Amino acid sequence: MTRRTAAAEPTAEQIAEHKIYRQMGLSDDEYALICRLLGRKPNYTETGVFSVMWSEHCAYKNSKPVLKKFPVSGPRVLVGPGEGAGVVDIGDGMGVCFKIESHNHPSAIEPYQGAATGVGGILRDIFSMGARPVALLNSLRFGTLDSPRARYLFENVVAGIAGYGNCVGIPTVGGEIMFDPSYEGNPLVNVMCVGLIDHRLIQKGRAEGVGNAVFYVGPATGRDGIHGATFASGELTAESESQRPAVQVGDPFMEKLVMEACLELIESGIVVGIQDMGAAGLTCSSSEMASKAGNGMELNLDLVPQREPDMTPYEMMLSESQERMLFVVRPEHEEQAKAIFTKWGVPCVKVGRVTDDGRLKLFHRGELAADIPVAALVDNCPVYRRTPKVPEYYAKNAGVDTARYPEVTDLAGALEKVLASPTVASKEWVYRQYDHTIRTETAVPPGSDAAVVTIRGTRKAVAMTLDGNGRYVYLDPEIGGRIAVAEAARNVVCSGAEPLAVTDNLNFGNPEKPEMFWQLERAAEGIADACRRLGTPVIGGNVSLYNESEAGPIHPTPVIGMVGLVRDVDHITTQPFKREGDVVILLGETKAELGGSEFQFVIHGVTEGRPPQIDLDQEKTLQDALLEAIRSGWIASAHDLSEGGLAVALAECCITGGLGAEVALETDLRPDIALFSESQSRVILSVRPEHAEEVLRHFRAKGVPAAGIGTVKGTNLAVRINGNLAIDVPVERLTRVWKDAIPCRMR
Amino acid sequence: MRFAVIVFPGSNGDIDCYKAVEDAIGQPVDYVWHTATDLSDYDAILIPGGFSYGDYLRCGAIARFAPVMDAVRRAADEGKFVLGICNGFQVLTEARLLPGALIRNRTLKFICQLADIKVENNRTPFTLDYEEGEILRIPIAHGEGCYYCDEAKLARLKAENRIVFRYVHENPNGSIDDIAGICNERGNVLGLMPHPERAVHKWLGSDDGRRMFTSMLRAYEARRREVTV
Repeated sequence: MTRRTAAAEPTAEQIAEHKIYRQMGLSDDEYALICRLLGRKPNYTETGVFSVMWSEHCAYKNSKPVLKKFPVSGPRVLVGPGEGAGVVDIGDGMGVCFKIESHNHPSAIEPYQGAATGVGGILRDIFSMGARPVALLNSLRFGTLDSPRARYLFENVVAGIAGYGNCVGIPTVGGEIMFDPSYEGNPLVNVMCVGLIDHRLIQKGRAEGVGNAVFYVGPATGRDGIHGATFASGELTAESESQRPAVQVGDPFMEKLVMEACLELIESGIVVGIQDMGAAGLTCSSSEMASKAGNGMELNLDLVPQREPDMTPYEMMLSESQERMLFVVRPEHEEQAKAIFTKWGVPCVKVGRVTDDGRLKLFHRGELAADIPVAALVDNCPVYRRTPKVPEYYAKNAGVDTARYPEVTDLAGALEKVLASPTVASKEWVYRQYDHTIRTETAVPPGSDAAVVTIRGTRKAVAMTLDGNGRYVYLDPEIGGRIAVAEAARNVVCSGAEPLAVTDNLNFGNPEKPEMFWQLERAAEGIADACRRLGTPVIGGNVSLYNESEAGPIHPTPVIGMVGLVRDVDHITTQPFKREGDVVILLGETKAELGGSEFQFVIHGVTEGRPPQIDLDQEKTLQDALLEAIRSGWIASAHDLSEGGLAVALAECCITGGLGAEVALETDLRPDIALFSESQSRVILSVRPEHAEEVLRHFRAKGVPAAGIGTVKGTNLAVRINGNLAIDVPVERLTRVWKDAIPCRMR
Repeated sequence: MRFAVIVFPGSNGDIDCYKAVEDAIGQPVDYVWHTATDLSDYDAILIPGGFSYGDYLRCGAIARFAPVMDAVRRAADEGKFVLGICNGFQVLTEARLLPGALIRNRTLKFICQLADIKVENNRTPFTLDYEEGEILRIPIAHGEGCYYCDEAKLARLKAENRIVFRYVHENPNGSIDDIAGICNERGNVLGLMPHPERAVHKWLGSDDGRRMFTSMLRAYEARRREVTV
């Protein structure tokens, strides 16, 4: 976007004549609708305000029909979708507040700031609800690390997340990272924040009470991030580099101060409504707050703190400068509110008031710069019902039989190759850069199935995880969607928690292309199914479409953030084997399912066929039985089987436990398939020998396939298949391979 | 024994220090805002980790000018215990209450992990309850924890037995002579990069930090007995 002074801005007539609105992402039909809603042609500021509010990022105009599929209510849901973040009840007057958000496009252009400001934005979503942030997680996707560009993005995205989160002092406790060529031109950076909240402090972003004061909080508004929301709602092209100014710059120190001041303000009980200025900045926060209360709002833009001289209304309304908030208080509380921000050294200025006319009115230098019905901005954006079309690749994949790949006989070698694949390898290089011990509540740090954060003064803890396998979703969106939810829930259960609810980030391609929309719609169907069956409603989330670069679309990648409740800290369970002599138990059934697997990608160099099947009833039975067993105190370790299948899961239990294992499998499958298939609904447990029989009986009685497959023993991982020694490798060697893989590639 | 936890804008280890005092020794503890000028009510001053004033300049370079720092200096002069952890250590060096400086980690990356550190001197008020030569597991979490001082200062630190903790097995940040923590001449001011306040429960990965707090309490009580006798 080029900068214009107010005087040089095109007139309403010129905007119409030269179709300038198109540059802002509005279609001809949308522009015509705006003219009808206003009863006149919009001026430059108004056109800009509409264009961001009607962007996919703010209006969900392509995804709304799809999002309707999700179950959003349940007995524990205190706040569902529509607010800054959802909240679920965890008893004793407390709730968990959490949400995920993407910063994909900014991170593709300016990885450090793109990722850093992603963290800043999600933190504000949580504390603006009245919750104290207690943990951060992130889900990242990059091209393979052979590519210098992917390495550059990976290095700087991680540094940006670390730089911001560490400074604010919220531990980054978990997440997941996958590397696949489909993300080469368009990385994914999804960040999730979890907060704890007292029920009484839950905020709604509503501008109630005509005549109440509207306050602007945080640093001055600059010209950064203008049109960020619009930028996020288009494909990445060669010209995207030139949109670097649309990427904001973060100041985590300011965020920390704004957070503390806002939480103090909320605790004081005087806030009528509060909302962060995220996407579309001042425009979105003011119009949404007014809309939720059925009111209007007047803002005097001359009062808005400005970083640069001569900023126009257009620039101020569309800026996405960071660390800013908007709140409403009654006139008699103005001084008290200001005093809190003065104490924290945070700028806080009254910029307007709540009105009763349902209009957003912006004044600038004594003139009315914009006058728009709030409802037109928030509710009247057209919703598009796109047409899905089954892509050709899907039909073609039906003919692929992955069981007919040439047999891999060097199974130890294959295991090492898969362990060295960055998707599977240790992510220590990453999480070592994140402060995960601050706040001293992290009971399970990064590296296990789910992270666990304790709640001071109680026996409870919160388990949290992020999951989503784009390859499965690409091969079959509906099944992939189901698996994403099932695996997230399984991870939470493996850590000793009951899954409560979901936040989702739908990262997809351009929905205007029927094949891309098919992926989105089918995946949402799968997610909805699994959420219903597993009793975990979706309480909020984010949609990121247009994830396409000149190299093509990404693998469709819904990322599921799942939060669970650990009833008693004694139930907390982790993946490492714990003691020599413990019995290793495999839950679930292994089938010949290599489609979309890491083994298929690493060894055979393709992603094809159909993904593993999943039976949600079986999954639910497994999870219920496992949680019961954990709560009975029988389970020494639990680890979900995912990328790399049984072989990798066993190796991880050994590596992280620093112990060997002797395992014997009886199977009709080919050994390479038995070891690396990614069949769902499987878990590895270790239990004390004296509990083994009881545990096996427990699972079988519930209808969960369970087999004792070996013993924790020695210093090697030794696996026999039908009596033949298939793998026998020192755990120390596997550890080196697994730990060195990412650092070596990044050196 | 009354503890003050100093809170600068940008401090974020303040809560952990507060909880550690409560959990490890159950003594009274207050947060004290950076604008305070009087610390006479307190027997021990904790300067926590974090990013004081954003640390956009050198770490601790702005915090040293905070109003509260004069009071911290007075407390140190009076022989009260002053413990600077991580950013607190950086602040103490910037304020010249401890010699040397902390510069960026050799890897140029932030490092968060458990570190093994050796107790080199157990005759300070902070280390009485440790054995000399004992190896502790204490978390580190810093981007600028590489301790540096010139040869003369290092020689003096060694000669006066003021290197209280050294990294062992691995020097994570490139500190000179593997230094993890040092004290002043009188031994009542200690600065260290590792976080004892994050190692106060087994479930946190280690409880080796508890004894730093029990040491301070024991030293305080011993001193008070001396005074009464």
